[in-house]
Amino acid sequence: MELKGKNLISPMDLSVEEMTFLFDTAEEIIASPQDFCELCKGALLASLFFEPSTRTRLSFEAAMLRLGGKVIGFSEPRSTSVEKGESIADTIRTVASYADIAAMRHPKEGAALVAAQKSTIPIINAGDGGHFHPTQTLTDMLTIRREKGGFGGITIGLCGDLKFGRTVHSLAFALARYGGIKFVLISPDELRLPEYVRDGIVDYAEVTDLREALPSLDVLYMTRVQRERFFNEEDYIRLKDSYILNAAKLKEARQDLMILHPLPRANEVSTDVDDDPRAVYFTQVKNGMYIRMALLAALLGRV
Amino acid sequence: MEVKNIQNGIVIDHIHAGFGLKILEHLDIDKGLGSVALLMNVPSEKYGRKDLIKLENTQSVDINILGLIDHQATVIYIKDGVIAQKTTVDLPKKVTNVIKCKNPRCVTSVEPVPHIFHLVEGSGKYRCEYCDNAVKSFDE
Ligand SMILES: [Zn+2]
Repeated sequence: MELKGKNLISPMDLSVEEMTFLFDTAEEIIASPQDFCELCKGALLASLFFEPSTRTRLSFEAAMLRLGGKVIGFSEPRSTSVEKGESIADTIRTVASYADIAAMRHPKEGAALVAAQKSTIPIINAGDGGHFHPTQTLTDMLTIRREKGGFGGITIGLCGDLKFGRTVHSLAFALARYGGIKFVLISPDELRLPEYVRDGIVDYAEVTDLREALPSLDVLYMTRVQRERFFNEEDYIRLKDSYILNAAKLKEARQDLMILHPLPRANEVSTDVDDDPRAVYFTQVKNGMYIRMALLAALLGRV
Repeated sequence: MEVKNIQNGIVIDHIHAGFGLKILEHLDIDKGLGSVALLMNVPSEKYGRKDLIKLENTQSVDINILGLIDHQATVIYIKDGVIAQKTTVDLPKKVTNVIKCKNPRCVTSVEPVPHIFHLVEGSGKYRCEYCDNAVKSFDE
């Protein structure tokens, strides 16, 4: 599998085969991390965070350090030349003269693509506004694959803000490429999955009540329902509790359900769920580092 | 009003009334070419009113943009006083710096990059290369 030198801007930049290769590599790393601790020795990751995201940045940096590589970068644009109005193109050309690969987060949609078009080193999109966040999609998928052994035949519930939640859109598109997946879309009418995403997933049902959907699910993907997405306060108050998962509701769910959340959460997953073995969102965080290790190694041509 | 028939050149006919000027702006016509006539609000049996562009002494103008601005227009190539070819123009697959992305969160709002849009097959819509924001037509 030749991924060396590629960029990762959208999750759909990767073919099913390339994704499988990354998942397999991540599994190998998880099985014996010590065998990979010098894999990227001598390589330098530029960690370019034009807006703060401690969670994603630490995941990338930990991934590179655990591969024996090194990291340079910034965690917010303040006090950098970026703040002084330097273009993305100039920043990336400069960075590419020092580093071998870059992970970039930027508030503007399409920023990572602009960087990739000007860069001589591989660019990984670590989030461009609300647009794409491909390593989150890979993380979600690796977690499902590890727990369920694959994607075929699963019923996955996507719950909460399905309209604006682009991690959900990316995940839906990426999963839809595997056959036999059933989607249950759980959201208020105001926050339904957009038509163009629904068109891409074929086999789905739409419901407004989480409780009603729960018993049928193998996987439940929770997202935040944010107050500002609602037109009025009454609607928000009326609906918000329908999209909160707690221990009481979980009684209705299957024993082998797995609960995912891209984190950070607000109150949509109650803390009384955290100790339930079905809650895998903290495992998901760890998988995020492993899949980033696999990705860095692959784009650097070390696996 | 009369504008003489051209012997050699291109006539863009059946332009939606009011779109002629916009098309002319985007045709990128070399100043060194022959005369250019834009007729607006010409009576038309088919459409009531139409615009019309005549380009004298040229056979090569990039008419791709036409498909985007006005799908209904017809392009007529004239050689030695006779019609050599008559065609309509399909929607271009890619357009650069014709539509501007209006998404305030798009990187094009801060970075000096060309505004590039790609046709979404079968929908007549265009998506921004960078942010995927969709626009339905030139006018939006
Ligand atoms: Zn855009």
